[in-house]
Amino acid sequence: MIHLLTSNWSEFISGFGWTLLSSVLALFFSLIIGSLFAILEVVPNKFLRIIGNIYVEIFRNIPLLVITMFFYLVIPLYIVKINGFTAGTIGLTIYTSAFIAETVRAGINSVDPGQMEAARGQGMTFWQAMRYIVLPQAFKYVIPPLGNQFVNLVKNSSVLAFVAGFDLMYQGNAIASQTFDTVNTYVIVGIFYLIITLPISYYMQHLEKKLA
Amino acid sequence: MQNWIDAYSWINIRFLLQGLWITILISVISVILSFIIGSVLGIIRYAKIPYLSRIVGFIIDVIRNLPLLLIIFFVYFGLPAFGFKPDTIPAAILAMTVFESMMIAEIIRSGILAVDPGQMEASRAMGMKMSQAMWHIVLPQAYKKMIPALVSQFISLIKDTSLATIIVVPELMQHGQVVYGQDPNYIIPVFVAMAVMYFVVCYALSLLSKFIDRRMA
Repeated sequence: MIHLLTSNWSEFISGFGWTLLSSVLALFFSLIIGSLFAILEVVPNKFLRIIGNIYVEIFRNIPLLVITMFFYLVIPLYIVKINGFTAGTIGLTIYTSAFIAETVRAGINSVDPGQMEAARGQGMTFWQAMRYIVLPQAFKYVIPPLGNQFVNLVKNSSVLAFVAGFDLMYQGNAIASQTFDTVNTYVIVGIFYLIITLPISYYMQHLEKKLA
Repeated sequence: MQNWIDAYSWINIRFLLQGLWITILISVISVILSFIIGSVLGIIRYAKIPYLSRIVGFIIDVIRNLPLLLIIFFVYFGLPAFGFKPDTIPAAILAMTVFESMMIAEIIRSGILAVDPGQMEASRAMGMKMSQAMWHIVLPQAYKKMIPALVSQFISLIKDTSLATIIVVPELMQHGQVVYGQDPNYIIPVFVAMAVMYFVVCYALSLLSKFIDRRMA
């Protein structure tokens, strides 16, 4: 196993890097998109609420692979040529943003409604109250679930292997098919994933206990 | 427009529906198996048996934090090295069951933890054994609390079966690829059809879970 690791070190590390990069990019963009849709789901305007709801329900109930493959096949066919990494990261972002929207909405709802009323009563607009009063309090509640979303995101980024995204899973498959040493290769790939996911998920468990 | 009509010919739609049937079959078998295994593992982890609970807990944490795709690859391409070569559908069911059992074990454990410890103490004080109190008093209350979490886990299981397309399991995603492989003009119609099929099944389940939750509360 050590030999397998050292002789394919650069492939493993580059796969690890692409997995991490894709996850971080997808987290960043899905946090922005997800928070926007979460706010849409709680605004007073009924029309906007419905749009927010439709987005969240659609992308939560369709497999990530379907979304990713769609972007991988359709965008190059009709719009621009993009590589597997970009298509995969777009798919991950859209899928994750629906889950983050649900998480953030739950966080907003767990803030005492009196906070919003009091802020409005002070003469703030809805958006000001959201931005300065409600969201900062909501984010405290949503940090542990968001951490768990990030763990899911890292695990889900393995779908990049389907679209030639050069991530850890893709490199692992390439190495496994070259060396025929499937068991050891997949064990090493698993350890690389655990290096990212285990510490985060233990830390989030610790945070949950502390906040509860 | 003609593309859409051609793509939605009865032969294609029937082929996609056959894929959906395999998807549902794999999901249902895996969820039943993982519910049983997950319950046992969850109770073992909760029960704090010396060494055993620690070991089980560690295994649960490790498998939960791995991508399901890796487990599918390991079962299908790794296990033959140990002299066990499963067919594609059993391999998918095995991989799903291993992964989902660990997810469900965590749900069960937190469900048991959410039951007031006074319930256990009171049953013990009434002269029940630990196992009796668990079976008759604590678990029924715990299962009621975890219905939403279990249903949403089932929904992600259904979505995750699409990953099994990589080992050529004849499920919905795989059948979709076969259909749009005939003609690039079919890609969008087929993706829409697949998305609708997954959506209908998963959304119906999430509505059911909300309904049950409201009835129980």
